[in-house]
Amino acid sequence: MTTVAIREQPTPTAALQRDAILEVGAVTKAFGGNRAVDDCSFAVGRGTITGLIGPNGAGKSTLLNIIAGALRPDTGVILFDGQAVTGLRPDELLCRGLARTFQIPRPIPTMTVLENLVLAGPDQTGERIWNAWCRPAQVGRQEDAIVDQALEILAYVNLIHLRDAFAANLSGGQKKLLEFARTLMIRPRMVLLDEPAAGVNRTLMRQLAEHIEEQCHDHGVTFLIVEHDMDLIARLCDPVIVMSQGTRLFEGSFDEVRQDPAVLEAYLGGQVK
Amino acid sequence: MTRRGNLLAIVIVALITAFLVGLPLLRTGSISSVVSFLVPSLATMAIFAIVCIGLNVQWGYTGIFNFGVVGFFMVGAYTAAIVTKSPADGQFATYIGGLGDALAAVPLPGAGAWLPFLVAIIAAAALSAALALPLAWPIVRLREDYLAIALIGAAEVLRRIATEERWLVNGSRGLGGIPRPLAGWVNADAYNYVFLLIVVVLLLLVYVLVDRGIRSPWGRVLRAIREDEDATAAAGKDVVAFKLQGFVLGAAIMGAAGALFAFQQGAVSPETFTHFFGTFIFWAMLIAGGSGNMVGTIVGVYVIWGLWSTTLQLQGFDLPAFVEGRIPHLRDTLVGVIIVVVLLVNPRGLVPERARVSRWLDRRVAAMRRSEAAGD
Repeated sequence: MTTVAIREQPTPTAALQRDAILEVGAVTKAFGGNRAVDDCSFAVGRGTITGLIGPNGAGKSTLLNIIAGALRPDTGVILFDGQAVTGLRPDELLCRGLARTFQIPRPIPTMTVLENLVLAGPDQTGERIWNAWCRPAQVGRQEDAIVDQALEILAYVNLIHLRDAFAANLSGGQKKLLEFARTLMIRPRMVLLDEPAAGVNRTLMRQLAEHIEEQCHDHGVTFLIVEHDMDLIARLCDPVIVMSQGTRLFEGSFDEVRQDPAVLEAYLGGQVK
Repeated sequence: MTRRGNLLAIVIVALITAFLVGLPLLRTGSISSVVSFLVPSLATMAIFAIVCIGLNVQWGYTGIFNFGVVGFFMVGAYTAAIVTKSPADGQFATYIGGLGDALAAVPLPGAGAWLPFLVAIIAAAALSAALALPLAWPIVRLREDYLAIALIGAAEVLRRIATEERWLVNGSRGLGGIPRPLAGWVNADAYNYVFLLIVVVLLLLVYVLVDRGIRSPWGRVLRAIREDEDATAAAGKDVVAFKLQGFVLGAAIMGAAGALFAFQQGAVSPETFTHFFGTFIFWAMLIAGGSGNMVGTIVGVYVIWGLWSTTLQLQGFDLPAFVEGRIPHLRDTLVGVIIVVVLLVNPRGLVPERARVSRWLDRRVAAMRRSEAAGD
């Protein structure tokens, strides 16, 4: 195993020297005796589309859940925009502009596509029950504005024809698009995507990739993408961080990753030719 | 709603109505006796409908599995008793409070007839909510089934306290002689009608308030939490805070209904508040009627309580001995059968949940569809 040797010569990260929006510092998370994330550190540069790859069980999804506030790390810190956000709840992170999607998409099944997006509208006055009782006009005006925004986003991601369909009836790929659309409702600064390409047909995936690039280039949204689909990683991500056994193994451009013999041999196997 | 489900709802409601009116009419042959049977029954139904609306907020919309309804209902009933009664004599009865006389002496027009009762209902709701909040704080984080067990335990603890602590609410003897609202203003014959009016007005008030709350962005978040807590958190909602709000609002409503129940019964004792009567029957009503639907909730109360009270009417008839002695058991069985039939034919209840919650969004979508139809 070459892990130790590789750890002793850390790759200089371009992101650390650049302006970092997200910094993961020495994060550890164990489930029983299994250290899913083990002293993992890296930084994600502002405005980048960073890939996070590695074999199954490398701890990518666990780490994503920790960053998104769904899990609490045992030790270590997460800095978002220079501020410690370790242990904050997902909704608190969302308020700061950090959104996430799930590996298996989880829209609210009994709500329509439109309703799912409207639900995600931030700072809704009507979410306080006394406003719903006492200020219906104000709530109604805001609801209208949120519906307008949701319709705009639905048109953007090409789901407008499914406006009134229940989320439970969408295909897997459409659900992924809906989740992506949901993150846009809060006008995010950074989005964590957990395997956006898994189970998605090529056409939808191309669309999704275009949207990700557009959001990044036109609106400066940073993306951290956990993915097994190397085509998508190659197309979108620079830099790519490779995780193995709970920690960062390598970081560099996709070409560097696929030429690194240790990464190739130990972790990507035959996937990258 | 499916056509079959629709038909079932209509048939069952019609059957119950036929029983409610027909049985007393057959037995006595006089309309006035039918009315005098129906009016208190309807008042009881209205009170139970308020409880079920509270449970509907907790389970139907928020997905909180409250199997301790009886606890909040009982706290409301006892609170109403100690607020409206005169102080304890310390000899035959010992209890705290006894604010009735003091409140009646407040210099407001006719204060004695209404002020203690208004204060009692508000206090019952407030105390029930105040109890729900610390109780819910640790347990809303539990999974559904554990939460149900924790709440059964909490309700049982409350019942034990009411039974054992004589200084608090007179122990197992309970509290009798609870005064009735507006009783001084109307004569005794007409009182049942006045009481029915009071509870129906309060039911409407609770209905409108809850409906407004549910059909707003607030209710949308509750419903999302019911479906998937993690996804709702990822949509930026503070799941625990919303669950607490749903739970506490539901508990407050149950407490207020408990107060009305105390006024109607005139006496409360720990024996009344069994888990079967105080929890199971309300769940049966909610499930039969359709959780997540306000109208369904009321239909469920009507069907289950209608069945419950009409079966007792059967005892007035000359029935074969083996049936007559078993009527209470047959009644329990019938409630079970109704639940099974409803769940088989339409698992979402007699009047299932509406698809969209927010009334503003409802209007917008309707308008968009209209304009699309016009465009085509």
